[in-house]
Order: sequence, then C-alpha cells, then structure tokens
Amino acid sequence: MYDVAIIGAGVIGGMTARTLSKYNLKICILEKENDVAMGATKANSAIVHAGFDAKVGSLKARLNVQGSKKMPAVCKELGVKYKNNGSLVIGFDDEDRNTLNELLNRGIKNGVEGLRIVEKQELKQMEPNLSDDVLCALYAPTGAIICPYDLTIAAIGNAMDNGAELKRNFAVESIDDTLNGYIIKSQNDSVEARFAVNCAGIYSDKIAALAGDNGFDVHARRGEYILLDKECGGMVTHTIFRTPTKMGKGILVSPTVDGNLLLGPTSVDITDKENKATTQDGIDEIIKKAKENLVTLPLAKTITSFCGLRAVGSTGDFIINSPKKHFINAAGIESPGLSASPAIAKYIVELLSEQGLTLVKKQNYNPIRMSSHTFFEASTEEKNKMIKENPSYGRIVCRCEGITEGEIIDAIHRNPGARDLDGIKRRTRAQMGRCQGGFCGPYITEILSRELEIPFDKVTKFGGQSLINVAKTKGGAPQ
Amino acid sequence: MRDLVIIGGGPAGMSAAIAARESGIQDILILERDGQLGGILQQCIHNGFGLHMFGEELTGPEYAWKYEKKVNELGIEYKLNTMVLDITEDKIITATNSSDGVFQIKAKAIILAMGCRERSKGALNIAGTRPAGIYSAGTAQKYVNTMGYLPGKNVVILGSGDIGLIMARRMTLEGAKVHAVCELMSYSGGLARNIEQCLNDFNIPLRLEHTVVEIHGKDRLEGVTVARVDQNRKPIPETREYIPCDTLLLSVGLIPENELSKKADIKLSGVTNGAVVDQDRHTSCEGIFACGNVLHVHDLVDFVSKEAEIAGKSAAEYIKSGKKQSFVIPIKADGKIRYSVPQIITEAKDVTVYFRVSDVYKNAKIVITDGNKTVLSKNKAKLAPGEMEKITLKAEQIKSVKELHFCLEV
Repeated sequence: MYDVAIIGAGVIGGMTARTLSKYNLKICILEKENDVAMGATKANSAIVHAGFDAKVGSLKARLNVQGSKKMPAVCKELGVKYKNNGSLVIGFDDEDRNTLNELLNRGIKNGVEGLRIVEKQELKQMEPNLSDDVLCALYAPTGAIICPYDLTIAAIGNAMDNGAELKRNFAVESIDDTLNGYIIKSQNDSVEARFAVNCAGIYSDKIAALAGDNGFDVHARRGEYILLDKECGGMVTHTIFRTPTKMGKGILVSPTVDGNLLLGPTSVDITDKENKATTQDGIDEIIKKAKENLVTLPLAKTITSFCGLRAVGSTGDFIINSPKKHFINAAGIESPGLSASPAIAKYIVELLSEQGLTLVKKQNYNPIRMSSHTFFEASTEEKNKMIKENPSYGRIVCRCEGITEGEIIDAIHRNPGARDLDGIKRRTRAQMGRCQGGFCGPYITEILSRELEIPFDKVTKFGGQSLINVAKTKGGAPQ
Repeated sequence: MRDLVIIGGGPAGMSAAIAARESGIQDILILERDGQLGGILQQCIHNGFGLHMFGEELTGPEYAWKYEKKVNELGIEYKLNTMVLDITEDKIITATNSSDGVFQIKAKAIILAMGCRERSKGALNIAGTRPAGIYSAGTAQKYVNTMGYLPGKNVVILGSGDIGLIMARRMTLEGAKVHAVCELMSYSGGLARNIEQCLNDFNIPLRLEHTVVEIHGKDRLEGVTVARVDQNRKPIPETREYIPCDTLLLSVGLIPENELSKKADIKLSGVTNGAVVDQDRHTSCEGIFACGNVLHVHDLVDFVSKEAEIAGKSAAEYIKSGKKQSFVIPIKADGKIRYSVPQIITEAKDVTVYFRVSDVYKNAKIVITDGNKTVLSKNKAKLAPGEMEKITLKAEQIKSVKELHFCLEV
C-alpha cells in the first residue's frame, strides 16, 4: 500500500514525486513508457518563461512566475544545467509594438521583474544576427533555458534516491475506489495507494475519466522543431520569440543549454494523440519563419527535426484540482508548464495536505543529486583521478559529444537507470551529436546488453518493439 | 616532444607512418580511437581492395593487415583506444585513454588522418515518425559484419553511395529483401563496378531521381513513402508510393571529420569539407599535414594509401629540414570540376592533381590554363562524380605559371 501513486513520469509527475519524497511517505510513480520524460516533457522549447504571457489572475500566470523564481535553486540541487540567458520578443511594425506594450503591462501585473522595451539600436548590439527589419523588442532578463528531460530525470532520480519507486511500462487501465483510497491496474500489474495524482499529460483526461471525472478534455497540439549543430549555438544568446498574434506565439529561435540552436515550434491541433510525426509543411514553415528572424540561418547544419505534442486543456488554464476525495488532477499543463513545474508540484502537495495527507519531514532526506554530466564537466585533474579509479572513464564511446563508457555505465545504473538507446542519449548526450549515433550506436547497444544482462538483439531504441536488431546473421553472432 | 604524431590508425594513418619511417623518422606515435588498427576497413569484409597497391583483390581486413604487419615490423609505436580531444596551432595534442588518463603531447609535426563520417538522417529533415530501424549504411555494416546481428529483413536504401550499394548486396546475402535503392540525382554517386556487382547481379532496382519523403511506423519502421523528384529535386506529389519495409539504410554522403582541424584553426575548403593543402598535403597550419578521407572523400582505399605516403614523406622532410613554403600557385576549379586536391602548389616539382567533376559528362575536354595560356589539355570519353580523376603536371610546367585554372569543356 502506497501513500501516493503518481500517474505519469513527465516533468510534473517528477517534480511532484521529488517534493513528496521530502516526507515520510511511500511513493510510486507509474509510467506507461520504458523511460521517464517520454511525453511533452521530451520535446518542447526548453524555456523557463519569465511569465508575461499568461492572462492576469490565471493559474498559469501565478505558477509560472513562482516556478521560474524557484527554478535556479532546484536546478542547482539537482545538478541540472540552467542558463539565465534572458528573452526577447521581437516586433517588426507598429502593430507588434502595441502588442509588446500590452505584454509589458501584463508582465508587470503578473509580477515579472526587469521587463522593458528595447529599441533597434540597442537590440542589434544585444543580438547582432537579428534581422535588420526588426523594430523593437520586449526584453525579459529573467527568461532562461533549461534541459527539460535532464530536469525530469534528475527530479525522479532524486525522488528515487529518497525512497520513491518507479514502475515503467505501467499503462493504467483502471482506477477503482477502495476503502482507503484507490487500486490502480495495468494489464499485468496493480498498485494500491491512499492518494492518487494524475500527471498523465496528454492522457490526463482519460486518466481522470477512469477515476470517474469527466469534467475536462485534453487534446494534442503538434509542435515541430529543427535542431542545429553546436557550431550554430552562438547565433543568438537570448531566446528570440516573435510577437504573438491570434495564430499563436510563432516560431522561436533559441540557444539550448547544451549549445545547439533550436528552431520551432509549429502549432497544429490534431486528434491522434499518438501522432508524433513531423510533416513537410511543418518543417517548411519553421524554415520560412525562422529565416525572417535572423540575418542568416545555416540550415545545412541541421542535426535533426522532431515533434512534440502539447497537452492542451479545454479550460484555457492549467487544470489543477481535486474532483474527488484523495484524487488530484494536474492536467492541461501546456506552456508554461515546464517553467511552472516547481510551483505546480508545491501546489499539488498543498492540495494533498488539505485532503489529509500527513507530511512529516524525513530525517535523512537528501536534496542533492550529482549532475549527469559530472565527469564531462570535471577539470583535467579531477578527470584523471576518476579515470585512475575507474578506467572506463578513459574510453570515449561517443566521439561527437566526447562521452565515455563510464558515463554510459553510470546512466544505466543511476536512478532512474537508462534501459534503451534513447535513454542513454537523454542522460549522457551520447548519440546526440553530428553523427546521431552512427558510430557509437553499436557500442552503446553492446554496453546496454552487457550491463542489463539482456541479449544483444533485445536492446531497443525506446522500449516496446523498437528493436535495433531483429536476428543473428547466418554465421551467428560470436558469443 | 615527439617528432611525429599521427591522429588516426586507419589506412591513411598507417600508410603515412610507414612512409615517414622509411624517410628516416624514428620517433613516430599513432593515436587510434578504436581497439585495433585498420579503421573502417575492419568492417569492410567484401573484396575489391588493393588492386592498385598490390595487384590483387583483398578484403578490407586483409588490406589493413598488410599495413598493420608493416607497422609492427618497423616497430612504430601506437596507442589504441585513445581519443584525441584537442589540437592547437602550436601542435600540442590533448588525448585520453584508460591507462594514461587525459594527457598532452607536443609534436614537431602532426598528420591528420581521422577519416570521415556518414551524413545522418537528421540532416535530411525527412518528414514522419522516428522509429527504430533507420541506420546509416555503415552502422548497419558494423552490426552485420562485426557484431553478427541483422538490423532488419525488408530494406529500402536511400542514396547510392558505395557503402549503400555494398550493404544492398550484404543484406541480400543475409536473407533480407532489398526493395529499392533510391537516388535523388540522375546518376549514382557510387562506383560503376558496385552498381553492377551489388545491384544488377541481385536484381535490386536502382531508382534514380527518387527520394524518401515520409517515414512511417511507431516502434519499429513499418514503411516509407518514396517519390520521384523534378529537375529542382523537389518531390512530385502524384508519384508518391508506399513501400512496406522494416529497415531504411542511408548512404547519402560522407563528411570528413574535421572537428579537430577546426580547433587548430586550420583553413578548410567549403567544397571538400577537408583542409586546404599543397602538393605535400601540408595544411595552412605549419607542420600539420592531412591525408585520406579527412582531407577529401576517396573512392578507393588504394588512393588513400598513396596520398598518405605523400603526407608521411613530406612530414618527414619537414621535421628534418623545417622547409617553408616559398610561393603559392592557387588551383581554381570551374564548377564543372568541383574541386581539386591539392588546392595550392608551393614547389616546382612534378605534382599529381586529383579532382572530381560535379555531374556526368561525356566526350569532355579537361583544359588547364594560366590566364590565356593553355598549360595542359586532355580528352575524356566519360567523367562521373563518383570517380576521382587525376592529372600530372611537370615541374617545368609549374615553374612558369602564376595560377592554374582547371576547366571542363563539354
């Protein structure tokens, strides 16, 4: 019997689990995929928004501003890269200027600090590669960038280090009331918990319905992105947004914390919640719009394109409520959900407490998690010490990103351990560089097979049937 | 301080090391990132290597072994499982491995022989999902030939580069069905002999002016949509066709791996993606030489070995005499001739210039001029981008010119 079952291991489920793991509680996280951070958390703009965007008085506005203020400290504890690069919303004409002034006033009301309008001359000094057609911009010095799956992996890892359990490949099929709470079942497994928290992202309406709450819908909004090589990361230093129109926030251009350049997203509502395919139209749109923002765009340096699905709720705001006893929804968490996540987690814990969950602080709670990139970021002296103790840190496996075998082994054995090639990629950046795993993929497959003690041809890209190899060759594999 | 450090122990690195030793350099160190010498040859188990160098058809590992044996016989030092992390203009190399940790070496001369990598799927921006089952051809080759596993059974290949052609045959021999090789251009980028021996002999269709426009499948690849392209290489919607398959192999180009060269601020060519070099394969950075696929992508390993000999010998001369470049004759390609290696000549001696054309040309004339003066001309019945050409200029021809224009008259 668990005290709390959290459904969904995205950034909201992860941050909630971590916040709850401070207390003497038995917690489990139920995730339908083979890894954490597999939904909207995996593919978004990776921005910590300043908070001028959301409607005054909304949950989005309040939790965004609170969350983005908490984010630097959370990232520090969890060893997650966070860069306060500031953001610019650029305007091309007087209509845009009016909108920027509205955003400025809204931001001030929302409690965002340091907002101001910058004019062309100053703007070109801040960002020399911005298009010459740009007239002015709203500057938000508190805007930041972060790696969303790094944050989620670290939050869940830290929760697990403090006793939380993670159940993967647990797709919830039923939620039934019991005397003390709920029994939650997947096809092959079940858990009982006194409290349940629905952080199921795009499927949070389905999960709420399983518990008897049909109060809202969540639909998928496709967002496609293009990622450019690290050579291009210096094209801009700030996150560059377009002035929002009725059609949405438009295509942004942003450096990532790892030094790449990110372009996107598109914004198209779709009915199929499993459709994460990129489209030619989407890619063409990103290229066209991103080109308008900058003087030049080195598209030949494209590394990959991808698509994420945002979970858009039917109320226009975050849906964080308790439709029934001991059951909390955290649904419709679209942008600025990542920015708000530390505040959303705190809010959920408050709701749980109001419902009677007793919060007694753990004596031995450890808020610190060592960075996934500890070796990578170490000095030469520290690296040599680590290589001496563990020679596998001396063997580079991913040549493009410079990732060692030791770091890959760590990614497999640290909470929450990687189980597949994509899991290694998100934890270490191996396979994320220019060759996209062309050279290191076979070696990482070998390491996963060895460390997890599974046959070589059972190693997957991301769980399920995503097998890398389907058979042995005629001569058979040497064993 | 070491005399000569060679980065990469593949065919280029080994051949350069042997040439440098035979030119009298004793203190040589090869740094190789893999667990054995030989580089990509070790996974190329097909034959066809060595016809030019040894007059016989060898497999990749056999070809590599001839050089590895010589390296060992000559007592040339090498470190395996050693990755070079950085090089500087003043020739300080930072590398790492399990036994030495992160270490630095200063060298009198460096030869870059890091090879090339395959262009990845991501760079192509193909629409659709991102399932398992999509590999660059060389990655599939590693799984099949080195690790003994088959990445799939129903295959479509995008791009007709040589590795793609080789893998079409290899997958077929392993019992897989290769449904099509799609090539965006109107001609194959691979060698004519590979089209014959790897596709035609196995009835594998080569679809010229075709590309993959969409990828389907959730966990594992389920199919691809291919389409014919128009003259601007844009897909024609009416020609879209779905091909069920569980594997897509990509053979869409090779890119010299010059990340280290950039760190040392070596001047690179925007066409070859390799260093700009003179006839000695000397780069813009004094004392740093380059050869093999890191310099430009070769068709045959035999040519890599030959080029590496030049770099090895030149590096040896540089170490012994500290020779400086005295004049610079630039070699300019007209576009029909896409590039040449070397790109500059700095000494009046016999120089063989290698070059590649940008399209298929028949009954063409290669004309080399200096201003209005024709230095050399040569008729060719057929030229193709997949086959490297060469032409030798005599010392006396070089002595009298200011610059050289390589033009193609068609």
